Amino acid sequence: MTLAVFSNRAVRPRRSILPGFGLSLGFTLFYLSAVVLIPLAALVLKPWSLGIGGIWAVLAAPRTLAALRLSFGAAAIAAVLNTVFGFIVAWVLVRYRIPGRNVLDALVDLPFALPTAVAGIALSALYAPNGWIGAPLAALGLKVAYTPLGVVVALVFIGLPFVVRTIQPVLSGLELDAEEAAATLGATRLQTFRHVILPALAPALVAGGAMAFARGVGEYASVIFIAGNIPRVSEIAPLLIIIKLEEFDYAGASAIGLIMLVVSFVMLFALNALQHGMGGRR
Amino acid sequence: MTSIAPRATDDPPLVRACLIAVAALFIGVFLVLPLVVVFHEALSAGFAAAWGAIGEHDAIAAIRLTLIVTAIVLPLNVAFGVAAAWAVTKFDFAGKSILTTLIDLPFSVSPVVAGLTYALIFGLQGWLGPWLREHGIQILFALPAIVLATLFVSFSFVARELIPLMADQGRAEEEAAISLGASGWSTFWRVTLPNIKWGLLYGVLLCNARAMGEFGAVSVVSGHIRGRTNTMPLQIQALYDDYQYVSAFALASLLAMLALVTLALKSLLEWRYADEIAAVHRH
Repeated sequence: MTLAVFSNRAVRPRRSILPGFGLSLGFTLFYLSAVVLIPLAALVLKPWSLGIGGIWAVLAAPRTLAALRLSFGAAAIAAVLNTVFGFIVAWVLVRYRIPGRNVLDALVDLPFALPTAVAGIALSALYAPNGWIGAPLAALGLKVAYTPLGVVVALVFIGLPFVVRTIQPVLSGLELDAEEAAATLGATRLQTFRHVILPALAPALVAGGAMAFARGVGEYASVIFIAGNIPRVSEIAPLLIIIKLEEFDYAGASAIGLIMLVVSFVMLFALNALQHGMGGRR
Repeated sequence: MTSIAPRATDDPPLVRACLIAVAALFIGVFLVLPLVVVFHEALSAGFAAAWGAIGEHDAIAAIRLTLIVTAIVLPLNVAFGVAAAWAVTKFDFAGKSILTTLIDLPFSVSPVVAGLTYALIFGLQGWLGPWLREHGIQILFALPAIVLATLFVSFSFVARELIPLMADQGRAEEEAAISLGASGWSTFWRVTLPNIKWGLLYGVLLCNARAMGEFGAVSVVSGHIRGRTNTMPLQIQALYDDYQYVSAFALASLLAMLALVTLALKSLLEWRYADEIAAVHRH
């Protein structure tokens, strides 16, 4: 087994008596390479056929810049909203015994389970000027569908479970002792919240928000129906990739794809480091 | 003796009421209403119209394609998830943390970018495109590319569920079985699998939901040929863009029901087998 080389390097850990190392690791590496790594390598290599100047020209084009600004900006706003409201939802689910709590808890995962295209047409129907939510908002002079605001609404839907599910286990694991001690020492509930509870939850809040942001930047299906896709106004970066592909501009599409991939990588490694700081998730 | 005096860690009643109201309103507006509107729109012209829309030729073809793709993708990703979890949790080797990070990678890559990578390999301007064309092999805009794109986006679900679970369970039971002379395969089937079956089912459930509902990645590589390469989500888009709202929402309501079944089974597994699935769930 050439792969056994892996086990002999570095720290020389305890040898396992269990069989199947070569087979399982070999299959894992083969499958990972075939499905994920080689395709991603194709993406990393493709844009350079344009040269640095060509890549810059694609990325600095006003339409590309507007799309990237919208994707990143809307994802950031949605992540902040989700961090605030996700925290409230997690707090209510963990701390209060309310009727129907189990149903609410299960519903939080809906954005994971509901196909994003279904979410997309549902949100579009809701927020259209004649929709259940869109009509009253239109009466107030607020237009959501077919504007950048619609993009934010879709990304709030997509990102909520990331925040709630990251905060929930940390919040349930929080001992009440510290809060009781703070109260005994004369702290008000608000002071206890600010100085005792919030610092303990901060890493989870940041991690959850970052996950919602990372997911939001690349989100496509739930956004395109509600966004209206007006170039330079409500056109997101993933859609621009698809438009460039349909124009057979493969290099241009992959230049935008590469930027988004680089951001995913950075977010993933930052999150891993953060979770390591939180005591590891495993 | 039950105390009715408020504890120091209770929130003031007004704060409590406000927080509950905000949480309920937020879940109601952002999660419940979208779900309700799908069924409402599907049935807006009556049940017969919705049922008829599901029975249309192109809708049936889309349902069949989605089921075929899922039937290919699930076993492959389960095999990968089990193999990866076995390698990562039963052995120590250098580069393990890089490997687990790479297994997580498909989660944070935009689905459109995932689809794009396959277009770059199999497209006419791609690495293999000209060779495939010469030999008359159709991958892009056909079933193989749809399967590959779906494999990519649902890649991590099973592995991510099994790795923390099997890491918690350790190696002692398998080591005992091997020491007593059991073969590797019978150790896996008779010791490991019974220990991980509920966690595995949980991973399969999430993988299935993602595979059947994927849109972005598949949209790039499918070619959108109605009746042939449109999966259910793509067919929903096609109908919606044609202003055939009843048909689009009728098909969407099938996927919404799938989501509800997924949530119900997931909650059941979390409630009934909490100890036998991974303690912390991150998606």
